Amino acid sequence: MNILVIAETKDGTLRKTSLEMLSQAKALNGSSITAALIGKGVAGQAARLGHYGAHKVLVAEHDLLEHYTTDGYTKVIKDMVDQIQPDLVLFAASSNGKDLAPRLSARLDAGLISDAIELSHDGSKFVAVRPMYAGKAYAKVSIQGKALVSLRPNVTPVAAPDESRSAEVMSFAVNLSDADIRAKVVSVEKADAGKLDVAEADIVVTGGRGFKGPENFHLVEALANAMGGAVGASRAVVDAGWRPHGEQVGQTGKTVSPTLYVACAVSGAMQHLAGMSSSKNIVAINTDPDAPIFKAATYGLVGDVFEILPQLTEAVKQIKASNN
Amino acid sequence: MDIIVCIKQVPDTTTVIQIDPSGKDIVRDGITYIVSPYDEFAIEEALKLKEAGDGTVTVLTVGPESAKEALRTGLAMGADEAIHVVYEGAPSQLDSLTTAKLIAKALEGKKYDLVFCGRQAIDDDALQIGSLVAEFLNVPQISLVIKLEINGEQIKASRTIEGGTQVVESRLPALITAQKGLNEPRYPSMKGILKARKKEITELKAAELGVDLTPRVVLEELRLPPARPAGKIVGSVAELVKALHEEIKVI
Ligand SMILES: Cc1cc2nc3c(=O)[nH]c(=O)nc-3n(C[C@H](O)[C@H](O)[C@H](O)COP(=O)(O)OP(=O)(O)OC[C@H]3O[C@@H](n4cnc5c(N)ncnc54)[C@H](O)[C@@H]3O)c2cc1C
Ligand SMILES: Nc1ncnc2c1ncn2[C@@H]1O[C@H](COP(=O)(O)O)[C@@H](O)[C@H]1O
Repeated sequence: MNILVIAETKDGTLRKTSLEMLSQAKALNGSSITAALIGKGVAGQAARLGHYGAHKVLVAEHDLLEHYTTDGYTKVIKDMVDQIQPDLVLFAASSNGKDLAPRLSARLDAGLISDAIELSHDGSKFVAVRPMYAGKAYAKVSIQGKALVSLRPNVTPVAAPDESRSAEVMSFAVNLSDADIRAKVVSVEKADAGKLDVAEADIVVTGGRGFKGPENFHLVEALANAMGGAVGASRAVVDAGWRPHGEQVGQTGKTVSPTLYVACAVSGAMQHLAGMSSSKNIVAINTDPDAPIFKAATYGLVGDVFEILPQLTEAVKQIKASNN
Repeated sequence: MDIIVCIKQVPDTTTVIQIDPSGKDIVRDGITYIVSPYDEFAIEEALKLKEAGDGTVTVLTVGPESAKEALRTGLAMGADEAIHVVYEGAPSQLDSLTTAKLIAKALEGKKYDLVFCGRQAIDDDALQIGSLVAEFLNVPQISLVIKLEINGEQIKASRTIEGGTQVVESRLPALITAQKGLNEPRYPSMKGILKARKKEITELKAAELGVDLTPRVVLEELRLPPARPAGKIVGSVAELVKALHEEIKVI
């Protein structure tokens, strides 16, 4: 089985989702696993792709590939697919992967399974599991013939690297001109430097309407900082203008599956649960013992966030200090 | 400016999902249907652009007879025209690639400057149709858009990426996928609802558009997600921290 993995980098380093895809490719027993490393100033990451399971790395470096663009990336990957004829192309179900994979699906006239949480091959076809209805149902789907699959980040365990393995690294001839790129990135505005995105963080601390106003969100931020996580928000909070849209978790916000999700003064409406119920562990803190969020919680604590959060933040800091 | 908005009818966000005995669909009895919430942002943006200049807004859907209701909602919000590609097969047998081909076929010969889709349909959560349709129409796409400015032929859009936003420029014609943050969708007015009832909906039959309807992605089985193990109510912060540290070892 010939697998092409579209690696993703951020600020010049591999994103964890790239390692997850390689682990998935290895688990499928890919006889040939090729990683595509696309961008500008990314070639240095090739060796690491080898450690995590790539047999070959195709490095496509170009000025026009500095930022992700649909047109640029689609063209380069289409050329790669024509050259290596993979049975499976793996993408990350990230913002860019979700934009890119269907465009290639149309260009290659091949089926795409998006946001898979499991993937296997039954001898004749690829079989995947993907959530539908905001995670309220799981669909088992299959593709006959050439398959495109995007993998939900943070779900596939990363297999231990083998630093003695090295991939064959080849530079890939990029055939792109300025005119090929019809939608151009003119600037990138980063959220606060160093701030973790909720969709990527391993720990998310979310605040809901029970905080009563934006001025009290420092309590959520302090706990998130102490835990090394990101801040999330319910829609009620975002719609009230207390927090930015980018932090909203739920059906019309982001879907997250961190190791730990801490829901503070969030009632646990169905549309909120839709975005976070696949978290590995959920903590709920709420004054109302009947709040629906407790049904989803691994650990529940009934009480007032204004009292509990400062104590919890302090206790976490102490544990972290004694861990070191 | 002439604008197409692709919309999908989906079960309401509070629907309790149960699996049909066929194991390939959800139980459809008693479900309330809505226009997928992201498509409302798409309709709203199209209407705002039309109102700022001139032109028409056309809502388009691929779906069963009952999906006409979604088109009526679009018309009631202010769309001028509606196209219904009637697909009467089982919903599980229609994959994204085929749906996008049907949409592109239905638009053949139609004049448009801009096509909108929602970021995702909240039933299949596929996030595919926008990019697929853009490729079939051979136009650039900008997805996950939270801000849009159009000046003549020039488009400037902000799209969200992990940890920030990208500002992207392009030219008409193009396809945009809308998401929350772009605008506040309006409610249909009473007058709009009455007017929408009288508007004609152009009907096309999926089976007659010359598109092969055999799915590439086959739905084998639909099931409920595994139940979460029962949780535990802890009595104090100290107990909670102990559990996080010792039982699940996350801190
Ligand atoms: C189409 C659609 C899409 C939606 N999408 C989303 C989405 O993406 N994300 C989302 O979150 N919602 C979404 N919603 C909204 C959702 O239905 C709820 O309205 C929302 O999640 C409620 O937010 P909340 O839990 O912060 O507020 P509330 O429901 O008001 O809950 C506040 C909670 O705080 C508790 N509380 C109050 N004071 C304290 C205190 N001092 N200490 C501890 N607890 C306290 C209360 O007991 C209560 O449980 C959507 C709705 C619709 C119709
Ligand atoms: N059957 C359909 N008919 C018309 N538009 C659709 C249909 N399915 C999806 N779309 C559009 O494509 C977007 C993304 O849907 P999806 O790729 O299914 O998540 C939706 O928000 C709609 O704008």
